[in-house]
Amino acid sequence: MSATTRHLAIATTIAGKDLRAELRGRHAVTSTLFLAAVTMLIFGFALGPDRDRLAAAGPGLLWLAVVLSGILALGRLHHLETEDGAFELLGLYPVSRAAIYLGKVLGGLAAMLALGALVVPLTVILFGVDLLAVAPGLLVVISLGSVGLAAVGTLYAGLTVRLRAREVLLPLLLLPVVAPLLLAAVSATAVLLAGDPFGELAAWLQLLAGYDLAMLLAGGVTYGLALEE
Amino acid sequence: MALRVLGISAVVAIVAATVFGLFIVPADVNQGQPQRILYLHVATAWLAYLSFGVTTVACIWWLIRRDPRADAVALAGAEVGVVFIASTIWAGMMWGRPVWGTFWDWGDPRLTSTAVLLALYLGYLLIRRLTDDPQRRATRAAIIGIIAAIDLPIVHFSVTWWRGLHQPPTFGDPENILNPPAPGQFVAALLFMLAAFSLAWLWLAINRYRLARLEWSAEDAARRGALAPAASVAPAPEPNA
Repeated sequence: MSATTRHLAIATTIAGKDLRAELRGRHAVTSTLFLAAVTMLIFGFALGPDRDRLAAAGPGLLWLAVVLSGILALGRLHHLETEDGAFELLGLYPVSRAAIYLGKVLGGLAAMLALGALVVPLTVILFGVDLLAVAPGLLVVISLGSVGLAAVGTLYAGLTVRLRAREVLLPLLLLPVVAPLLLAAVSATAVLLAGDPFGELAAWLQLLAGYDLAMLLAGGVTYGLALEE
Repeated sequence: MALRVLGISAVVAIVAATVFGLFIVPADVNQGQPQRILYLHVATAWLAYLSFGVTTVACIWWLIRRDPRADAVALAGAEVGVVFIASTIWAGMMWGRPVWGTFWDWGDPRLTSTAVLLALYLGYLLIRRLTDDPQRRATRAAIIGIIAAIDLPIVHFSVTWWRGLHQPPTFGDPENILNPPAPGQFVAALLFMLAAFSLAWLWLAINRYRLARLEWSAEDAARRGALAPAASVAPAPEPNA
């Protein structure tokens, strides 16, 4: 087995473990799915009932729901790991730290995609935004946004998981870091819905991809340091 | 002693630069009196960028060498940088209200990215406060500091493009007074202010560095005291100011 396939095997094993734990216990992601749905409802109260205004704000509300609930989901996924010293044991495995990080990112990515799969239809139903017409493009935007959120969120969740104030600290630290991701994802979604009249979509997608790459690399290098301390 | 001389000269220089900028240099023809705020605004902005640059290098240095001095440098840079960048934003808003007609403009990339910059380094300082063990604190903070440095250029790109999407540039470049056509007196006032604030920056940073080193040795001594019998507790190091 080559080094790359071994890394991938380790990563998928860890991601599979996280997903299995989630499917059996439903401790992390399930509650944040409900949170995302309730958030969308509350957005409607805050900005409605003018349909045009809601539709115009749709891309922003969609991504706000994903980012806010996603951060909580990533924090919860890591918090589960601290029970019975499982996080310390993860650090003792004689495998590459980058592979462990990748595994945690893949688990988080699955959670982010599940959030997206819920929030997108809700945006269509509640805010009257015709996202289905741009489904293929939207899939690319959601995927790129989810990878970035999972990449940086996993690293920060690992850094804060042992702190007492982690529930407040994680969003506080993460929100400024994901600001460009939110901006690019919202802009890409809005541009997509408008039919990309000025040909800006590619630039936003490149920015998202660049963000994903930068955070994955930074996380791969530094996550192990957070594990070993 | 040398540090005290530095502190006193910083105060004298800031007073002199303020007098020069307020009373000796004429006001800008277009912007009027508010333009004088920019001497402070630009000087603190440059020094804040310098601070965060120092912090970034020190964060990498800590992760490679685990040198406690690197952690103290990183902390000093971040803390002084936060003070300076907050002053930059404050002065910018005070200037923006009369000149732009608004405190805050979401279409200005520099303003929006500077706000994110402040939030990033406030987070850096916050996680330091919530971690007790010095080694863990330094490592966590160093990772956060490096991510902040990676994030900043992306923030800058995103808000610059964002402006392009929503509205054309509405306002003039606030740093236009620095361009070569600016009268020599304006440039002199700015450089004078920059020099004065550089002295203050140096004084603050050195003091914060020394304080951080003392805190580290006090924490070390306390931990050794907790592990060893009470008799062998090392005395706290004397500050040799």
